[in-house]
Amino acid sequence: MSLTNGPHGRPYAKLASRMFALFCAGATWLCVTILMLLLWNVVSYGWDSLSWEYINRFPSRFAEKAGIKPALVGSLYLIGLTALFSVPIGVGTAIYLEEYAPKNRWRTIVQINIANLAGVPSIVYGILGLGLFVRAMQLNRSLMAGALTLTLVVLPIVILAAQESLRAVPSTIRQASYALGATRWQTVWCQLLPAALPGIMTGVILALSRALGEAAPLVAIGAATYVRFLPEDIVNDEFTALPLQIYTWTDQPQKGFHEVAAAGIVVLLVVLICINALAVILRYRFSKNKQ
Amino acid sequence: MSLVAPAREPFAAKSSVFDLRWIFEFAIHGVLFVCTAISVITTVGIVVVLLFESLQFFREVSVWEFLTGTRWSPLLKPQHFGVLPLFCGTFLVAGGSALIAVPLGLATAIYLSEYASPLVREVVKPMLEVLAGIPSVVYGYLAVVFVSPLIRDTIPSADLFNAANACVVVGIMILPMVVSLSEDVLQSVPNSLREGAYALGANKLDVTLGVILPAAMSGIMAACLLAIARAVGETMAVTLAAGATPNMTLNPFEGIQTMTAYIVQVSQGDTPAGTLEYRTIFAVGLALFVSTLVLNVFARWILLRVEEKYE
Amino acid sequence: MSETGSTNFPLKMSTALPNRAAMSSAAEMAGQSKKVVTRELDFFYGIHQALYNISLDIPEHRVTALIGPSGCGKSTFLRCLNRMNDMIDGINVRGEVLLDGINIYHRGTDVVELRKRVGMVFQKSNPFPKSIYENVAYGPRVAGVRQRSVLDEMVEKCLRQSALWDEVQNRLNDSALQLSGGQQQRLCIARALATSPEVLLMDEPASALDPKSTAAIEELIFDLKATYTIVIVTHNMQQAARVSDQTAFFYEGHLIEVGATNEIFTNPLEKQTEDYITGRFG
Ligand SMILES: Nc1ncnc2c1ncn2[C@@H]1O[C@H](COP(=O)(O)OP(=O)(O)OP(=O)(O)O)[C@@H](O)[C@H]1O
Ligand SMILES: [Mg+2]
Repeated sequence: MSLTNGPHGRPYAKLASRMFALFCAGATWLCVTILMLLLWNVVSYGWDSLSWEYINRFPSRFAEKAGIKPALVGSLYLIGLTALFSVPIGVGTAIYLEEYAPKNRWRTIVQINIANLAGVPSIVYGILGLGLFVRAMQLNRSLMAGALTLTLVVLPIVILAAQESLRAVPSTIRQASYALGATRWQTVWCQLLPAALPGIMTGVILALSRALGEAAPLVAIGAATYVRFLPEDIVNDEFTALPLQIYTWTDQPQKGFHEVAAAGIVVLLVVLICINALAVILRYRFSKNKQ
Repeated sequence: MSLVAPAREPFAAKSSVFDLRWIFEFAIHGVLFVCTAISVITTVGIVVVLLFESLQFFREVSVWEFLTGTRWSPLLKPQHFGVLPLFCGTFLVAGGSALIAVPLGLATAIYLSEYASPLVREVVKPMLEVLAGIPSVVYGYLAVVFVSPLIRDTIPSADLFNAANACVVVGIMILPMVVSLSEDVLQSVPNSLREGAYALGANKLDVTLGVILPAAMSGIMAACLLAIARAVGETMAVTLAAGATPNMTLNPFEGIQTMTAYIVQVSQGDTPAGTLEYRTIFAVGLALFVSTLVLNVFARWILLRVEEKYE
Repeated sequence: MSETGSTNFPLKMSTALPNRAAMSSAAEMAGQSKKVVTRELDFFYGIHQALYNISLDIPEHRVTALIGPSGCGKSTFLRCLNRMNDMIDGINVRGEVLLDGINIYHRGTDVVELRKRVGMVFQKSNPFPKSIYENVAYGPRVAGVRQRSVLDEMVEKCLRQSALWDEVQNRLNDSALQLSGGQQQRLCIARALATSPEVLLMDEPASALDPKSTAAIEELIFDLKATYTIVIVTHNMQQAARVSDQTAFFYEGHLIEVGATNEIFTNPLEKQTEDYITGRFG
């Protein structure tokens, strides 16, 4: 048989293979192009509205006077509080499941439960937050209620990421530590957590990015969409957040508000990039300290 | 260099339960256990809250009417409580977005896994991660500002807000998920299979379509199910894009309402708590929760079987 | 067996090689107090039984070598002595392990305290991804030593004992992972010494090392036995003969024979032992 796929073989096989490769490559570059186009559109659309006044102003009934200050401040509070709650609880859960829990049926059930929680739509968490935090715990539509709800939304992300990075720590380190007479917690605190830290931090950043962009659970707990003051009391004052504000503006029929919304999206994306950059810097610092 | 071993009392059992160190260890253990309990309590909480309010809802509206009624208008007189239009809207959007995301995502995954050079992968994968990290409200904005005019230009009879609108943006939104999950599945196909086929003189197309895809099929199905579950639960984008008219239709150019969009609509309105109208969101929430749970559990079950196959 | 155990090896041993350990006779062994005693020890990984009815006395301030073909349960036995096996799921232990006459498998045993007294060096060196100093200081730290001066002193003492001080004294704050394999293993020994154990368990400590590092570690073991009771697993017959006072031969989970090293190597009672140490095995 000839090596060049002559008339005995399938004459179009080579061509078909080429075409298929081209098709797949085209799909990939289409994805990338879509991404570029989207970002470019939003940024160019919102660029004109973006200014220092815009960031430093309160929302208004007039698009030209609308600002994003309370939403930005609200969002920063929200992710701060969410980090405060979700990191200890999430990492604690991961440690318990990986290092403490006996490997029995209960552990498997909890593990499956967490995987499923990761797939529950965020608006369902919003309904839970409404029933539990807003009504039962009487937190009303406060930052606290919002942050606790978002904590539940992102908890599975933190747990799964932390578990994975704990599992990746070589077991020889565990054994060495125990053999030197370290207790379980000493082993976790002095050896496993430092080794797993970069992975955990990646997970935390992922979770906070998600919390920053979530509007649905906040809508469900009834968070305000038009706030003309900055929240001062985290358990009483109403608040709004960036995605919520963007949603409200996008929902307006006037074109002017759409431009304001685009500017809001730019602000949101900038905050997202800042969080991710912070993670990169922190990781760099940690890896340098280790040397 | 000799070293005298420090004098020690003979080895004994735990000196005392009240040893400070053991109390500390015990306390830590307790704290960690409580952390873990929180995720279990969350699940219980979701089920209890949804069931509690839904049961009160179903006292006034029969389950049968809810599940089979074809009209949904709880906020208008005369009230109708058939959830099917919302269900239909939800799955129209989910199906439509899958129709966009699955072929495109799968082709991308195949390219990245089988064809692309390491450099291309290094560039494209982070970009897809960026795409996955964009908040859903941004997609909603894009639907309203860019996609909707585009569709109206092409098909003038389309409603201002319509299902196709939502399909496009949700499709783009779940695309990265389809890509990364399918790529994982393709990568997990043992290399021996590839090499075996190449050794028989097959070309890349034969191997990819004839050997690797069939081997990865169930895993890819699971990936698609997970992405569809995500689309079903997607909220802000569809609320903005698809309109707010519960509509039992399969025409993607009509306005519809999804389950999630309905919940948003009621949450934003001023429906007083405790009324029947208010309780509809819990009943719809329950339907939504069950739908996504079924999809997720089914997908995970498939993935689990795939893992077992390759071990 | 490997080439190290040549066929007429036992005879050559006593004449050609300097064998300081062999000077301790069986009679002397009997007089020595027993540090660790196992009685009818059975061990199971799930349903797989790895040890059968092991009764072995380990004399204080002596080196006991465990030899036997791969998979015969030497490591398992070693890990029973400081309960490192507890970390594996589904294990089951029957029988007794007495440390200074007290059963360490008794309920309510403080495993953490036990492991401070029974230190362990692993087959593959496993330093923590931290500085050399922190590696050695870890044991005292977890035991509650806070004072920097005490720690400094401890670190120096242990590094000197493990013959590593001269090589690393100027770079104590460098990462331990930068050391060579042999240095890493000696660091692990120093680390184990820093908890001032009474018994030191060594699982093939020199298996991955070059002859020079191996010699250094053997030298070290000889020095350490004045202070510690040492149990060492080795696949190297010459090494067992050189460093140990007592040798125990394991085969498929059974303890076949135990006795003073020179007697085991010159005049084994069991045929299996003789076959193994002369390399006629299998
Ligand atoms: N974690 C484990 N789970 C199940 N079985 C194990 C485990 N560790 C060891 N075994 C089994 O127990 C038996 C004894 O193993 P062990 O590691 O004690 O042998 P060894 O004498 O140390 O061998 P080597 O000289 O190769 O290190 C072997 O059959 C092994 O397969
Ligand atoms: Mg071994």
